[in-house]
Amino acid sequence: MSPTDPLAPGTSGAPGTPGVPPTPSDPTWGTHAPLLTVQGLSKSFGDHQVLASVDLTVSRGQVLALIGASGSGKTTLLRCLNGLETPDGGTIDVGGDLRLDFGTTPSVRELAALRDRSAMVFQHYNLFPHKTVLQNVMEGPVVVQRRPAADVRTEALALLDRVGLAAKRDAYPFELSGGQQQRVGIVRALALRPRLLLFDEPTSALDPELVGEVLGLIKQLAEEGWTMVIVTHELQFAREVAHEVAFVDAGRVLERGAPEAVLRDPEHERTRQFLRRILHPF
Amino acid sequence: MNQTPWEQFVSSLWPIVQGALLGTIPLALVSFVVGLAIALVVALMRLSRRRLVSGVARVYVSLVRGTPLLVQLFVIFYGLPSVGVVIDPWPSAVAAFSINVGGYAAEVIRAAILSVPKGQWEAAYMIGMSRNVALRRIILPQAARVSVPPLSNTFISLVKDTSLASLILVTDLFQRAREIAAFNGEFMLVFLEAALVYWVICLGLSVLQSRLETRLDRYVAH
Repeated sequence: MSPTDPLAPGTSGAPGTPGVPPTPSDPTWGTHAPLLTVQGLSKSFGDHQVLASVDLTVSRGQVLALIGASGSGKTTLLRCLNGLETPDGGTIDVGGDLRLDFGTTPSVRELAALRDRSAMVFQHYNLFPHKTVLQNVMEGPVVVQRRPAADVRTEALALLDRVGLAAKRDAYPFELSGGQQQRVGIVRALALRPRLLLFDEPTSALDPELVGEVLGLIKQLAEEGWTMVIVTHELQFAREVAHEVAFVDAGRVLERGAPEAVLRDPEHERTRQFLRRILHPF
Repeated sequence: MNQTPWEQFVSSLWPIVQGALLGTIPLALVSFVVGLAIALVVALMRLSRRRLVSGVARVYVSLVRGTPLLVQLFVIFYGLPSVGVVIDPWPSAVAAFSINVGGYAAEVIRAAILSVPKGQWEAAYMIGMSRNVALRRIILPQAARVSVPPLSNTFISLVKDTSLASLILVTDLFQRAREIAAFNGEFMLVFLEAALVYWVICLGLSVLQSRLETRLDRYVAH
């Protein structure tokens, strides 16, 4: 594998400066070229069509919030972007140098390349319970990306320090609150130096008083210029942080646009119904 | 030979313990280690998506669990020579017990792997791991914790089952006891003594089990 091979795992990372949190090693960091282009993505589970030809574009440094009722397909869409689900058809293009066409079954190597470019934060954190906080963060960079452990450690500690969890480096996940666990989940994703960050309802499993610390961190990342796709039910958060909001309904992106437009004055009746239910649950 | 029961007890204790140290314990240990290796392979085969692979594993487990251990032992030691395969008592015993443990422990390991939440696989894939690396570094360590109590059961059963090896001429704890009893005629005393030694070994194993559980439980909430 030559270092310029776009499918080679781990080559997307720029050399890190010890002590400085990594920035995505994207040659065009800071520009507004499209980073993610999804076309005609479809996926069925048996007879049930979960995604029906989804098109989506996210530019570098932009934050896209996916909203929609449960079962609308928004989480499946997000999982496709990390290769956790394999679409039946369509294409995913990340960074202009990787294009997966799901017309045929993607190879293990293509999926690895897709995962190398994106990192995901899970609703239920999914930290590794048998590993300490620091080990959780270092596992991917050291074991998968084969970066030098000493460098990764320095970087991981800097990231943990940034989210206020340096003192918890040797704690096991069960010793942390939900908010702390999710912040470790975010650091684990950042340590992989992805180009694209994916969040699957990152605050849905948290106690209400812990939601703020996690949303605050995601907002900081948005301000730093990370490209993110966030599935969320926190409409206020979406309005404040996202550059664009897409409403997903029955496996399609029904409408998308600036948060103000979609959340305040949606075009479609389905969107209005959904917003009413969220904003006025009873 | 006018020994008091206590003197008989003491004089037969050492030969019986020797049988345990040279026969029962190494036989159980070697068979368990080999059996676990077989079990891991069979468990992974059973979890395979390929019908043929999982089918083979299913038949193996079914055969092992559906036939008596003593019969398995006799097939290997007394049966195989008639088709030209002659195996010494010790290797025969190790083979039979390993195959047996392989069948039982495979089900334990399979269940333990399935008990690890799906999200752990997903997080492992998310950080870029292949299936094998995820299994080795993320799934199996967590499955190990779950499988310690049932595998300890398997091991303790195995220690006692090794007494069957005396029927294929392996000199183990029980074979020694039978020899002594045949010699001095004190069947009650000697066989109770053998039972006592088995019990002490199993007590020791129970202690080891709880230590191991404590060690593996360090990362779970109490």
